[in-house]
Amino acid sequence: MAQPIVQIDGVSMRFNIAKEKVDSFKEWFIRKAKGQLRFEEFFAVKDVSLTIEAGDVYGLVGLNGSGKSTLLKIVAGVLKPTTGKCTVRGTVAPLIELGAGFDAELTGRENVYLNGTVLGMNPKYIDQHYQDIVEFAELGEFMDVAVKNYSSGMVARLAFAVATITKPDVLICDEILSVGDFLFQQKCEVRMRELMSGGTTVLIVSHDIEQIERLCNKAAWMRRGKIVIDGSCEEVCEAYKTGAQEMRERE
Amino acid sequence: MAYLKGIWAGFNRYRYLLLNLVSRDIKVKYRRSALGVVWSVLNPLLMMLVQYLVFNNLFGMGNAENMQINAISGQPPNFAIYLLSGQLIFSFFSEATNLAMDSVLGSASLIKKVYIPKYIFPLEKVIFSFVNALFSLIALIIVFIFTKSTVSAWLALFWVPMVLLFIFNLGAGLILSALTVFFRDIKHFYGVVLTALNFLTPIFYTESIFMGKSGFIEQYMPLVLRMNPVYWYVSMFRRLVVYSMPPTLSQWIGCIGWAFVALVLGLAIFKKAQDRFILYV
Repeated sequence: MAQPIVQIDGVSMRFNIAKEKVDSFKEWFIRKAKGQLRFEEFFAVKDVSLTIEAGDVYGLVGLNGSGKSTLLKIVAGVLKPTTGKCTVRGTVAPLIELGAGFDAELTGRENVYLNGTVLGMNPKYIDQHYQDIVEFAELGEFMDVAVKNYSSGMVARLAFAVATITKPDVLICDEILSVGDFLFQQKCEVRMRELMSGGTTVLIVSHDIEQIERLCNKAAWMRRGKIVIDGSCEEVCEAYKTGAQEMRERE
Repeated sequence: MAYLKGIWAGFNRYRYLLLNLVSRDIKVKYRRSALGVVWSVLNPLLMMLVQYLVFNNLFGMGNAENMQINAISGQPPNFAIYLLSGQLIFSFFSEATNLAMDSVLGSASLIKKVYIPKYIFPLEKVIFSFVNALFSLIALIIVFIFTKSTVSAWLALFWVPMVLLFIFNLGAGLILSALTVFFRDIKHFYGVVLTALNFLTPIFYTESIFMGKSGFIEQYMPLVLRMNPVYWYVSMFRRLVVYSMPPTLSQWIGCIGWAFVALVLGLAIFKKAQDRFILYV
């Protein structure tokens, strides 16, 4: 059997929540000397192990604050886990927050190139696909307008178009399929399905459980940084829908 | 070896990003200004003019007897050339380190969402300032022509101190950008440091003003000046461009030494700190 494309081994992510913020030298030295540099430890992700095979469409479900986004950021390489290891065999395209690399002063066209290179693309590649990007984003006449004059929907459309123009090995989506009007959402889903049929492995976080059921073949339910159950999408979604409510009530 | 290969592959992949970020900075800097990039030449010229009027006419700093002699013409150089050359090198240093210091914090939105090698940000600012410094060279050329100043073949090496200063700036920028993430105080403090360094670099005065003076401060001033890294880059640049002479051995040692120390320290500190940036930006 081929090696899994994403392998998460006992990954934990610890954040130090400073009770009082210490960000001046003086304060820091005084506290260090007094031994008062204390933090409250908080594990956003605790000892999580997951294996994702190439071609999987993997959904992560869970309530707010269960560590889903943190886990995605670890897979994307944005966060380095405190302990454990996360191995990704291939290129990763993160769709974590759309338009993160945009510069409001620049035009749409300039931002396509800037954002494309942020994602590690070659300008020649962007040249070749520039028309596709513009058509997909439906922004033909606005490409030479500064992005600060765009509506939020326009920004999201352009960002989605740029990010999905490559065929990455792993695509990471954090709640991004909820951008734009319903027509554009449908278009995004079509684009996602195209990528999936092209062999791209997808990791999705969404609160839209129907969307997860529709798109994914596997899923995991996270609660307080830990995996409650993982396996086939139907099982996990079923367990999540009944289980989350029960747990909430028990508390 | 494999480690270096990995770094090279990362750099290769993100070199277009580097270019795009530099061009973004240039575009944004001059967007909506009527003269645009002409300001890069005009600004140092006007600054020099102001300093010339103040220090030459008011304080008499431009006295010929204070100046070293140009090796070819046998005359002291024009004070305008002396001023502008020092100013050009110092602004490259101050702009590069100042921008690099804020670069990691300023890219917080990117760092939180996409993986990008973090050193790209300070490196980009140093490149941007280098490009600005190259534009300012045009101002220097204009003043050279205007004052009919003497040049020699040594002028062809003008880029050597600039490239060495580039390396020094990168090292200093790496240190500053990494520390600023954890201690914002540095941002406020560094402005004071820059002003101090500005006065500790012979830009509008010459070293000779301390000669033959017996005061305590005057006695030690030449030594203090030599502890200032920027002093070495300014003096090497002037030696080639203003005085038509080959750099001295101590200038070589000063420039290369500081560049090497800054880069090694910078890389070490940055590498150690970069994984924790995201928790603080």
